[in-house]
Amino acid sequence: MSEKEWPLWEVFIRSKQGLNHKHVGSLRAPDAQLAVDNARDVYTRRSEGISIWVVASNNVFASDAAEADAFYDPANSKVYRHPTFYDVPDGISHM
Amino acid sequence: MEPISFALLESNFQSKIDRDIKIEPKDWMPDDYRQTLIRQISQHAHSEIVGMLPEGNWITRAPNLRRKAVLLAKVQDEAGHGLYLYSATETLGADREELIDDLHEGRAKYSSIFNYPTLSWADMGAIGWLVDGAAIMNQVPLCRCSYGPYARAMVRVCKEESFHQRQGFEIMMSLANGSPEQKEMAQDALNRFWWPALMMFGPNDATSKHTAQSMKWKIKRHTNDELRQQFVDVTVPQAELIGLTIPDENLKWDKKTNHYITSPINWDEFWQVVNGNGPCNKERIDARKKAKENGKWVRDAAMAHAVKRSAINLLTA
Repeated sequence: MSEKEWPLWEVFIRSKQGLNHKHVGSLRAPDAQLAVDNARDVYTRRSEGISIWVVASNNVFASDAAEADAFYDPANSKVYRHPTFYDVPDGISHM
Repeated sequence: MEPISFALLESNFQSKIDRDIKIEPKDWMPDDYRQTLIRQISQHAHSEIVGMLPEGNWITRAPNLRRKAVLLAKVQDEAGHGLYLYSATETLGADREELIDDLHEGRAKYSSIFNYPTLSWADMGAIGWLVDGAAIMNQVPLCRCSYGPYARAMVRVCKEESFHQRQGFEIMMSLANGSPEQKEMAQDALNRFWWPALMMFGPNDATSKHTAQSMKWKIKRHTNDELRQQFVDVTVPQAELIGLTIPDENLKWDKKTNHYITSPINWDEFWQVVNGNGPCNKERIDARKKAKENGKWVRDAAMAHAVKRSAINLLTA
């Protein structure tokens, strides 16, 4: 094993103007600039992107998968947040 | 909170798999599932990067600039595929450097096909057509694998690999339509790569020790023999179309099953090659080790540069 392994980076790509950057994968690189350079070679060889973000993986703080049920539970009982909750009489349009 | 029993965790896990809910890195998973995935994905990753070697052998001798650009792009893709797959193993907690050390020390396996030599330019055709063809057959069902990061990597790999098989077939077709010597070269490559390509699907179902569990976990969706049969059925007509002969005297179409029947596979050869005694096993691993050693100063320099630059940034911040 190498003494100092290159840090891991998460790669996000904007595929075209007007869309979000989307997570596509990860790679190892010594610094942020080389992570971007490598991401270009690995993840955009077929013109998949016009903009790249890299984030050091150890800076990603994630919600706890084991607690997911309880964590997202509050939204389950609030169906009135969706338009389909409401009755609209026949004959009403543009609503 | 009540402690959750292992049995309950395991039954919840299997029920997710049965409902086709993907497993993601932070979800609970049985240790055997994790270890099976690390083994399979790392073998797959090793195959991608060792697979660069037999083709790399011909880059400088490609017959023209178009073929050379295509071969370079293909070999570059294989490096990318290796990276996607090593990244997938890292989501399972594996250490990439350790996996590579396992490969270099002979503790890890990779696809036996890459231990055969590439003797002529036609071998680039045979590899693209047969080896990538077989790989695609294996990889398409893996896009639906139960482990999210592996499935997503395979979607990317399959998308990129679709040109690999076509460029190989194009080489074979050009040679088969060329001079008698060129056609002979194509036939010779087919003769040498046909049986190793069939072996790529792994041992017969009856002797495959991992298949049953992997199918239950939906890591695998089809057995080795099913995929091999599918490959034979689609490939034989392709060979006929370009006037090449499959090197199997007993090959015949079975009307009852609508499948081709082949001669039995020489499994002795397969195990010899898997266990390190193929024509190029040593050469491949030596090339990998040399590449790692020769690249060390570059990796070290890049790291030293990054450390120095971050120190300067701190001072000037």
